[in-house]
Amino acid sequence: MTPVAGVDTPVLDVARLKKDFPILTRRINGHPLVYLDSAASSQRPVAVTDAMTHYYETTHANVHRGVYTIAEEATALYEGARRRVARWIGATSVREVLFTKNVTEGLNLVAQSWGRANLARGDAILLTEMEHHANIVPWLMLKEALGIEIRYVGLTGDGRLDLSQLDRLVDGVKLVGVTAVSNVLGTINPVREIADAAHAAGAVVVVDGTQLTPHAPTAVQDLGADFYGFTGHKMLGPTGIGVMWGREALLAEMPPFLGGGDMISDVRLDGFVPNELPWKFEAGTPPIAEAIGLAAAIDYLEDLGMDSVRAHERRITAYALDVLSRRYGADLTIHGPLDPASRSGTLSFAYRGIHPHDLSQVLDQRAVCVRAGHHCAKPLMRCLGVGATARASWYVYNDEADIDALADALADASDLFF
Amino acid sequence: MPGLEDLYREIILDHYRNPRNRGELEAPPAMREEGFNPLCGDEVVVYLEVSEGRVSDVKINGQGCSISQSSASMMSSAVKGKTVGEARALIRAFKGMMSIHEQRLDGTPEEDAVPVDDDVKLGDLEALQGVVKFPVRIKCATLSWNTLAGALDRAEAS
Repeated sequence: MTPVAGVDTPVLDVARLKKDFPILTRRINGHPLVYLDSAASSQRPVAVTDAMTHYYETTHANVHRGVYTIAEEATALYEGARRRVARWIGATSVREVLFTKNVTEGLNLVAQSWGRANLARGDAILLTEMEHHANIVPWLMLKEALGIEIRYVGLTGDGRLDLSQLDRLVDGVKLVGVTAVSNVLGTINPVREIADAAHAAGAVVVVDGTQLTPHAPTAVQDLGADFYGFTGHKMLGPTGIGVMWGREALLAEMPPFLGGGDMISDVRLDGFVPNELPWKFEAGTPPIAEAIGLAAAIDYLEDLGMDSVRAHERRITAYALDVLSRRYGADLTIHGPLDPASRSGTLSFAYRGIHPHDLSQVLDQRAVCVRAGHHCAKPLMRCLGVGATARASWYVYNDEADIDALADALADASDLFF
Repeated sequence: MPGLEDLYREIILDHYRNPRNRGELEAPPAMREEGFNPLCGDEVVVYLEVSEGRVSDVKINGQGCSISQSSASMMSSAVKGKTVGEARALIRAFKGMMSIHEQRLDGTPEEDAVPVDDDVKLGDLEALQGVVKFPVRIKCATLSWNTLAGALDRAEAS
């Protein structure tokens, strides 16, 4: 993640921006919606839903097939979205940008295609204990199928990756998988440092960018990634679309993942020839409207400026850390680093021993939406010594008043349970 | 708290704050059965001692929300001293109270999947009925009961 932007970074006008998100006018239990669960899924502006509706109402046809006008237009919009994504993340070619259903599918693609072609019994890979299940389970499946060894980078007491043993751990591994930002702790990881160590050891680097790309400029080359995945619905876009970027030289050598229509250039009764990149990895009718919606979300974010988005979230993070610790002191435990520069806009906490489920239920009475649970990171939960956490996460449409609403609502939980 | 009185009844909060039969039994001879709620990470461990067809002792361990922990506490009080048959009838009655009826494809409710004995008295456990209004919390309330059912199965099989 880039350092906080300079003085000339425009400040987000959140009051004006909120008007772009119709859902924020909803009232629940008589209170205006305070949406603090964007790490699970963001809301979307009318610009995104309009782009998708306009496509369905004026242009829809299947892509890569018809020669008639709207089929050509649909194909141009779908492939235009791919170019938009490629520019946004600094890909060298559209051939490196694969549309997937979500990051989970993208990571399964890498595990099943690259993994099965390049790993064998006894080979080792390195992950971290901070990973989302999506970057653990596909590799555990390979462990079961192929007998590979999985090593893990552990955590420090303040919720960062413990890189003190990195050189030893990375020695001899063929792949390193790491999340750019923890979906539980908000910790921003030093991906470049890890990627450099991995490359020095001859390993390929897979980066889970789910919690980075929505919140800060993404430059896949600067990060040192060989594969990098992110998803649309956490960055103001629709559900059902994700991106897996991969270096062309790697993708070109990999076998297809899913088989079917669109991913072939020829099929005979006894065999097939795969299509060129990127379509080799896109079997079946793709999520066309979703790709168009994702491109609209990128336009919207680029208008705001990703440096401004990061600066805004850092400001709200600093405010939240300050307000919550000042009001609740030792009654409130914040998991992860306490320095706003080291974290994204995601904050897991424990409050007076009240179970996160109960906290979330009580906060909902004031229309404050926070997530309670293990956040698909059970190994990390065990590492923290908890079964679950309450997690608040903010985005471009949240402001200090939303944090105040959270802080006020916590007092209700205290009144109820003590 | 307005809107949540049905969920957080005083007796539920009492069992949450002061859980009954909390602890462990030596297993074996006791049965030790674990239950997990994969959605939220709640865990319950039921230790069950059955002698001469009766639940002679039961202890509860684990961690979770007020609903799962109070339900486990109330369950342990309710089944202690009961015959295995009575404990099973109680499980059926409790799960009957907790069931939101699955819908048929045409939207009408399914018939009761679990036959419930009319003469089983739930007593204090009826306080948990309010959970039905909060469907995502039903699994919290039924976690310990499903775990107990597993422990009874194994106790009878052994």
